[in-house]
Amino acid sequence: MASRARAGNVGRSVPRLEGPEKVEGRARYVDDLRFPGMLHGRTIRAPHPCGRLRAVRLGPGGLPLGLVVVGPRDIPGDNVIATIEDDQPALAWGEIRHAEEPVLLLAHADREALWAIPAEVDMIPGTPVFDPLASPRVFKQIRIAKGDAAAALRRAPVVVEGEYRTGAQEHVYIEPQGVIAVPENGGITIHGSLQCPYYVHKALCRLLRLPPDKVRVIQVETGGGFGGKEDYPSVIAGHAALLALKARRPVKMVYDRGEDMRATTKRHPSIVRLRSAFSRDGTLLALEAQVVMDGGAYVTLSPVVLSRGVLHASGPYRCPAVAIEGRAVMTNTPPNGAFRGFGAPQTLFAIEAHMDRCAQQLGIDPVKLREKNAFRPGDVTATGQKLPKDTAALPVLREAVRRSDYHRKRIAWAGTGRGIGLSLFFHGSGFTGAGEVRLASKASLELTPKGVRILVASTEIGQGTRTMLAQIVADTLGWPLSAVEVAPADTGLVPDSGPTVASRTCMIVGGILQKAARELKRKLGRAKPAQYLARHGALVVTGQYEKPAEIQWDEERYRGDAYGTYGWGCDVVELEVDPVTREVRPLKLTAVQEIGKAIHPGLARGQVEGGSAQGLGWALSEEVVMRDGRMANAQLTNYMVPTTKDTPEMDVTILGLGYRHGPFGAKGLGELPMDGPAPAVVNALRHAGFDVREVPATPERLLRCASR
Amino acid sequence: MKTAASALHLLRPESPAQALQWMRERAPLQPLAGGTDLYVALNFGTCPARAFLDLSRLGAWRGIKVERDGGLRIGALATFAEIRDHKGVAKALPALCAAAREIGGAQIQNRATIAGNLANASPAADSAPVLLAADAVVELVSVSGVRRVPVAEFFLGYRRTALQPDELIQAVVIPTPPRAGQWYFRKVGTRAANAISKVVFCGVRGPQPRIALGSVGPVPLRARRAEAALAAGEPVETAVAALQQDIAPIDDLRSTAEYRRFVAAGLLRQFWERTASPVRRPVRRR
Ligand SMILES: Cc1cc2nc3c(=O)[nH]c(=O)nc-3n(C[C@H](O)[C@H](O)[C@H](O)COP(=O)(O)OP(=O)(O)OC[C@H]3O[C@@H](n4cnc5c(N)ncnc54)[C@H](O)[C@@H]3O)c2cc1C
Repeated sequence: MASRARAGNVGRSVPRLEGPEKVEGRARYVDDLRFPGMLHGRTIRAPHPCGRLRAVRLGPGGLPLGLVVVGPRDIPGDNVIATIEDDQPALAWGEIRHAEEPVLLLAHADREALWAIPAEVDMIPGTPVFDPLASPRVFKQIRIAKGDAAAALRRAPVVVEGEYRTGAQEHVYIEPQGVIAVPENGGITIHGSLQCPYYVHKALCRLLRLPPDKVRVIQVETGGGFGGKEDYPSVIAGHAALLALKARRPVKMVYDRGEDMRATTKRHPSIVRLRSAFSRDGTLLALEAQVVMDGGAYVTLSPVVLSRGVLHASGPYRCPAVAIEGRAVMTNTPPNGAFRGFGAPQTLFAIEAHMDRCAQQLGIDPVKLREKNAFRPGDVTATGQKLPKDTAALPVLREAVRRSDYHRKRIAWAGTGRGIGLSLFFHGSGFTGAGEVRLASKASLELTPKGVRILVASTEIGQGTRTMLAQIVADTLGWPLSAVEVAPADTGLVPDSGPTVASRTCMIVGGILQKAARELKRKLGRAKPAQYLARHGALVVTGQYEKPAEIQWDEERYRGDAYGTYGWGCDVVELEVDPVTREVRPLKLTAVQEIGKAIHPGLARGQVEGGSAQGLGWALSEEVVMRDGRMANAQLTNYMVPTTKDTPEMDVTILGLGYRHGPFGAKGLGELPMDGPAPAVVNALRHAGFDVREVPATPERLLRCASR
Repeated sequence: MKTAASALHLLRPESPAQALQWMRERAPLQPLAGGTDLYVALNFGTCPARAFLDLSRLGAWRGIKVERDGGLRIGALATFAEIRDHKGVAKALPALCAAAREIGGAQIQNRATIAGNLANASPAADSAPVLLAADAVVELVSVSGVRRVPVAEFFLGYRRTALQPDELIQAVVIPTPPRAGQWYFRKVGTRAANAISKVVFCGVRGPQPRIALGSVGPVPLRARRAEAALAAGEPVETAVAALQQDIAPIDDLRSTAEYRRFVAAGLLRQFWERTASPVRRPVRRR
């Protein structure tokens, strides 16, 4: 192996390590697994969006023999789902804050008998709050201030204001949430479909009052996440574990699509109000933003979603005076949670839809207005961050405009029912602010006789993590890819590399692995792995995140370097509106995105294409219909994700300017593509004659919105 | 909640005669053709039936026949894939091919049958407006014999049909249709494939224009007032106004009554515009 070393995996679309198993149907997901004596779990849920719980009654009729029942009193530890704040109970008692809230757990060996048990949840219904603007409870408030925006807005010759709204979005991972909890070794082992093994680990220690070494979390092959398996697995794993500990038998809990859609998290709906001041030549002088995110019933991840939201609220623009105020508020709907983009798509939608209205009002071409105000390297953001050399707002904008022939189509299509629109956006790579320092992630490499094994808690959820990390390690060592294995994401084996979220896995965890690989190489010297093992015994090298010295963040004042670096993107959407039906057909999407070095160009393109399709769905057809606090269209027949027939041709260009602290120059990528499509769609609709300020821009909504 | 599968029974007759006998003697039995509606209902726990009659072995009820007079006889078990690809149907009733092409996706079209689409009696059944506009007749059969019921009389109310408990559909018969160029079909769904219609429209132009719609009332319906206005030579806007009397759309999960009225009006105008043209315009394809 080392002798047959051939570098150069990075930058090539090598075959995916997990590809054959999946394509051949050999990959085993949670619902494929069975353990001896295993029971099935079921959750009894609250029928009303708020009120007081009086009783849960099972029956009428005899209950099946061997039924296991778990209520709040059976919880050995704290009745909370430990995340940021501890307000969400694992099982509600007393106060109910949302429909579908879990109140009782059942387990039985026979799935059918289990589901046949009638259950009645007796509640005194209260008066629910669904409108975030009327919410009495603020989960989190954040302010960002730079200069005197109010004064600038008073003095400026041109002021444009507007309100922009985005809807909830369901993740629609192909595989619904599912776990199996196995009581063993005086503790519990979880096998689950999840993104963040150590989040679940932390939540279970707390819920079960178990020491860390008695809780083991193993990620099973996972059929998609998109953020939906960041926080929620702590809930379902907690439930399965409670049942398993009481039953002293393994318990499987797998939601069907309906339960998954009704009970689990969604993207935060948002309402953003913007006021911006310009000089007559279109120079942005000031921006005021009020961001409201609907957090749902419990805090969960809302504070950090809000944080990323407000940090992207002023868009990729230089602006001397900025005042941003953000609030995440409580409503009586199931908690909203992490979803690809994590608050940024919402605020970027607002600012980018706003910029086209500003251009219109100023009588300036939307591209010119953006060129004039877009960030350049060295510019200073709203939080006072001096932007690095790889700041690529202008390059992505110019390339997308050129490739899409934007200017010509803009003129040629006027008044034809076709429209072309663009959006300029950026996305902070990695955790916000001091997040990475707090996580202090670790990643290890273990020498094997044939090469090396990667030990990380980063999960493969369809995005190609294993392959991409193996490429980084192989090339750093100068070994072939076949010398690199990846251990399962099992907290019993791997260190805490932090969650698989925030576009951080390649840039942060890949970076730590690169350092570890360098150290391993040094230790190895000229020895081959087998020789080294024979001489010195086992070798594990662990790297840990080290903050680049120049990154500084002040959490109290929200000032400093919000992110180590940013990805940059420009999307151009071309579409057609059917005059008879107001159906919008996207014709083409041109995406130019700067993500640093693409470790695996094929996977990178896949991220851009998939994220763009997901963004188009959010923009046009995906609507969560809530009735009395419950998702009324919790079926794939009525929640409309785009099919391939709805997805236009995509022209994807990846720039590779690079980030000097990223492995081989890589930055974050996963979320960036989600940011661009929605505002580009409404800007194209504006070009086609429709003044839309809310997504999804369904035909019904277009019918209602006054033609420009 | 999913219907418990262990409680379900399946009978598998080898011939129509046996099927009909069991329908009478072992009632109540729920016929099972492609299963594309029934499985959804079982998955949601909304199918009350526990005993099913599998029609898949009734070879006599398969196939599509072009009659000598240009009419069609479509077996109950003809799938939408067969209908979609059938040259005779394309010639005689292109709107039916167009409808078949837009039902579900390719996988659904491979299994979904025309009888299932009618018997399921969804107001959004995409073949129904075509069959209504074609003045098609449904052949219902039981041990007592065959009844021929016009499609227009087959739908009695929301998800209610003229089928008696012991009856099965054996075929759908389409009389000699007017010239192909006079047909117009358009489905307006929630997306480009695997979508349930928000409005589905079929029109045929001739001395007596015939117009039928789905998803704008409790059953797929003929727009008799609009037809009369057009037959009387009234301007199309008069027919559009009359159409609003013919239909009774509602707000639901997929759309609004307002939108459905807007679209139904627009489709009527488009039908009239396109079929009026002397150039032969076949059915619109997506
Ligand atoms: C993903 C998906 C997409 C779909 N898209 C569409 C669409 O775009 N447009 C559309 O119109 N439909 C659509 N459907 C619904 C369905 O596919 C059609 O209604 C189909 O034609 C039903 O036929 P089947 O043979 O599968 O019926 P089954 O499910 O077998 O039966 C449906 C009903 O008809 C009865 N039945 C069946 N055959 C007979 C018979 N010979 N005599 C008496 N009763 C009978 C059954 O008892 C049952 O009540 C979709 C379904 C799915 C799952």
